[in-house]
Amino acid sequence: MADPMRIRAQLKGDTTEVRVLMAHVMETGQRKDAAGATIPAHYIQNVSATHNGKSVLSAYFGPAVSQNPVMNFSFKGGAKGDKVVITWTDNKGDKRTDETAIA
Amino acid sequence: MQRRVVIKTGGSLAMIAAAISAGVLPQSAFASWNKNAFDAKNLNDVVKAMGGSTAEKSGDIAITAPDIAENGAVVPIAVASKLANTESIAILVEKNPSSLAAQFDIPGGTEANVGTRVKMGQSSNVHAVVKAGGKYYVATKEVKVTLGGCGG
Repeated sequence: MADPMRIRAQLKGDTTEVRVLMAHVMETGQRKDAAGATIPAHYIQNVSATHNGKSVLSAYFGPAVSQNPVMNFSFKGGAKGDKVVITWTDNKGDKRTDETAIA
Repeated sequence: MQRRVVIKTGGSLAMIAAAISAGVLPQSAFASWNKNAFDAKNLNDVVKAMGGSTAEKSGDIAITAPDIAENGAVVPIAVASKLANTESIAILVEKNPSSLAAQFDIPGGTEANVGTRVKMGQSSNVHAVVKAGGKYYVATKEVKVTLGGCGG
């Protein structure tokens, strides 16, 4: 199981700004180790964000997204205390779900 | 008779192969991670893999990225679209081994303004492809990556 994500959801006027930091190696599959063997690709493919069970963003990542990916987005209709849930899935089938309350 | 049997089995094998290549089988495993788009090598191929034909240039897409990135492993890129009915935003780095870096689907109620950080192997154009109202639009910005660290 991977390390937890850091999620911040902040209400500004009528929009909720969400910032997510995922802990992941995001290995591209192009690098070689000291012995010359290719390091297999290992990266997040799907990220989904929901607010009160309704999808507010689906993201698809390729290996070109940086290590420990950051993602910012904002949506309308949030209220203080509402839950924002983020789930990612990587190419090896690992999953991680974390949630936060809108502040 | 022998030959007919061979033809028959050959036919059914071909059908299975067709089903696999059409993406029927892996579809269930990865909801809609578009492998063809992530394998594509340039802007036009990515737009085609996403289901469009060509992307029109648009001034309503703003790319926020540094002019000069000191570290190619972490280049912050944000894309904001003012086009009505923006459905998805994709970030492409032209000279990476595969162009498409990330794609975001924007449901109604979510602002067409997303940001992330990508890797860049070398100085290159960064494209933002926006799908709005069933059409594809593109905006481009050049980002220079300094390798030596003291300007470029």
